Amino acid sequence: MSILVYTENREGKFKKQSFELVSYAHALAQLAGREVIALSVGEVADDELKQLGEYGASRIIAIDYSGHLESRNFSKLIHHWVGALGPDIVLFADNNTGKSLAGGVAARLKAGVVSGVSGLPISMEPFILSKMVYTGKVNAQIQINTHHKVVLLAGNSFGVHTNPVTSIIEHHNIVAELASPSSELLSTEMQKGKILLSEAEVVVSGGRGMKGPENWGPIEELAGLLGAATACTRPVSDEGWRPHTEHVGQTGKVINPNIYFAFGISGAIQHVAGVSRSKVIVAVNKDPEAAIFSVADYGIVGDVNQALPQLIAAAKTLKDNA
Amino acid sequence: MKILVCISNVPDTTTRIAIGPDGKSISTAGIQWIINPWDELALTRALELKDVGRVTEVVVANVGPTLTEATLRKALATGADRALRVNTEPTDAWSVAINLAELIKNEAFDVILCGIESSDHNGSVVGGLLAGILDMNIISSVSGLDIEGDTLKVQREIAGGKELHETSAPVVLVVQKGIALAPRIPSMRGIMMARTKPLLTSDPVSSEPMTATAQLFMPKAKGACRMVDAENAGDLIRLLHEEAKVI
Repeated sequence: MSILVYTENREGKFKKQSFELVSYAHALAQLAGREVIALSVGEVADDELKQLGEYGASRIIAIDYSGHLESRNFSKLIHHWVGALGPDIVLFADNNTGKSLAGGVAARLKAGVVSGVSGLPISMEPFILSKMVYTGKVNAQIQINTHHKVVLLAGNSFGVHTNPVTSIIEHHNIVAELASPSSELLSTEMQKGKILLSEAEVVVSGGRGMKGPENWGPIEELAGLLGAATACTRPVSDEGWRPHTEHVGQTGKVINPNIYFAFGISGAIQHVAGVSRSKVIVAVNKDPEAAIFSVADYGIVGDVNQALPQLIAAAKTLKDNA
Repeated sequence: MKILVCISNVPDTTTRIAIGPDGKSISTAGIQWIINPWDELALTRALELKDVGRVTEVVVANVGPTLTEATLRKALATGADRALRVNTEPTDAWSVAINLAELIKNEAFDVILCGIESSDHNGSVVGGLLAGILDMNIISSVSGLDIEGDTLKVQREIAGGKELHETSAPVVLVVQKGIALAPRIPSMRGIMMARTKPLLTSDPVSSEPMTATAQLFMPKAKGACRMVDAENAGDLIRLLHEEAKVI
């Protein structure tokens, strides 16, 4: 039996989450006695495909296709390969792409699907996975009853681990039966040079306590020094101080970086719901009673405008000594 | 165009959650129920499109027991024209999707809107399952929707950017933040009118649960926050490097 991993690429380069997913599949394969098969769709060079073997994929199915596949047809394509290869576990990254494909694949397989998974199954028979529910308030153990199991792994929850194996690359064209497309991709607009919030290991975030968009300079500077993504709270994005793509919280993005810096963030329950899975939370707030301190691991009670320059100076020193 | 907005009935975010005696579900005592926040944004956008004459009818649907009618009435008060409820306590995402699919097989809708996830089970798969069951196209992570004649212009978020799609109906759109600025609040007149708007109940189709909650438990309480003196803020970086080893 095997585990099929959909490894997403962007412009021919695999995303970090794809390597994390293969690392996870490798660990799962060890538990379950299975082979890891990666499925790649798009124009990806063999040198790049070979990298999947570094993380534990022994078979790499590369579908050479340069156009845009709408989600329905993409799900049909993956479903076709599940049929051809016979895996019982199908893995996706829990991101915009995984979310748009996993349900369609699961429906066609009549398979149980669990998203937001953050670790290896706690049991293989029955197949039970852990995830957070009620927006971070409760831990759940979810059992999948069906033969096929579709799993979406939360980003930065397992980590990228090298497990080099000998891998075989097979190139294929699309052979699945697809529907005639009902949609068209008109344009794509990418932000250049920014670290993706969904993939960031370090996130530096500001709330209303930052007082205004003009005070974001030090947050961006600290983020730059730490190789971090920048984020914000809902009021900040609602006020238009920062783009809404930076909003983390219940209705924004749910993230789980290694470290989350909260500057001038009071810690409303809706915000905490989006960041509570961070491994370490650091809060700087002038109000010692702020709710954020009850979820933080490290805290400073004080003015963000005084703390930030000191943190920036210390981060510079750390970087210079590295 | 006719829009169906799929509505999940969820505990208010600020509600304290306690686990019930079976250890597999939450205790419903004292819970304030609301429209799932993303579904509320979906409904808001559907109503905005109706305001400008792009949409003829906005229907809301829920798979749930009688308890959820208050939430559907709120959706009617906000401006939806009709409500449909499949009378069953859903066991998992599949049971929600298969029952919603049945409604859509019985009545054609041009656009089916689902919130990207529900704030109770945080499954984020119902929209995908629904589109899969119906073999319809789906666009997910939708943060903008406009209708021009028979064509839908859909803005979709991707990691680090956005895409603009053009699609024909029927289509399932899974929507997130950005689809509407702020949720629409029912007016007094809307609340009065909602009482007489149709709310139809139908029987569920039977389905075997694909997934089941084996156990729920409360996360471990976090340890005390380690405070660093504001005069010596830089020391924090040292602690994060040497002690927490995260930078």
